[in-house]
Amino acid sequence: MGQTKVKKMLFILSKATIENVYAAFVMANGARMEGIESEIFFTFFGLEAIQKKKLKHLHVATVGNPAMHMPTMLGGLPGMEALATKMMKKEMDKLDMPPIDEFLEILSASGVKLWACKLAVDMFHLNENDLIEDLDGILTIGDFYSKADIDGTQLLFI
Amino acid sequence: MEAVLAGIKVMVTDEGYLTDFSQWTKEIGAEIAKEDGITMTERHWEVINWIQEQVKAGNGLSVRGIKKSGVIDIKEFYSLFPGGPLKLATKIAGVPKPKSCI
Repeated sequence: MGQTKVKKMLFILSKATIENVYAAFVMANGARMEGIESEIFFTFFGLEAIQKKKLKHLHVATVGNPAMHMPTMLGGLPGMEALATKMMKKEMDKLDMPPIDEFLEILSASGVKLWACKLAVDMFHLNENDLIEDLDGILTIGDFYSKADIDGTQLLFI
Repeated sequence: MEAVLAGIKVMVTDEGYLTDFSQWTKEIGAEIAKEDGITMTERHWEVINWIQEQVKAGNGLSVRGIKKSGVIDIKEFYSLFPGGPLKLATKIAGVPKPKSCI
């Protein structure tokens, strides 16, 4: 395999469905494992993944998700999201995928920078106490762009 | 393909991983480490031993496994083997490159 030209990955996570949060976390961790720098900017609903009270209660989207292979109306029934989430978590555990809180610890220890979006924090009336201890700070999008400071930086919106 | 490490002829993959663990010696490990800019210390060898034990026992390797190892935490793992710790440590240990995405 050749040498990658990617030197730094910047992720903007805007959603709180489990499949999106894990996509961002796996890619951010995978980057560090390859010696690539990696940072995540949590904005809008993505902020739920770093809110102490909410991060353990994220769900799979069962409505509006054709890959669930169930009629949309069924996906809307009470308990459906919880059931689908439980099934997915079981499968993820088999692959040794950590739960969200442990994954955040791993990311932080691996040197992934975790940032909250200032605008979204203000909009949802949150403050630093609502957010995880491992957070590196609250930034504006402009501040986050300034992290793209080396050649080979890639920015991904999730 | 064939390579000569620490004066011994060994078989390696094109990424430099030993294909036969029985050919591995500590000297070979140290030479692989040196090529990747790492000077091995007692602490490095503790981690390498742990990795070899895991592979022998048939356990998969992942960064989560490192966290639970009781031998080393993730922060120190990254500082001992900078630039892709699990990739480097497995290469030094003479075991296959981990296939896991986590």
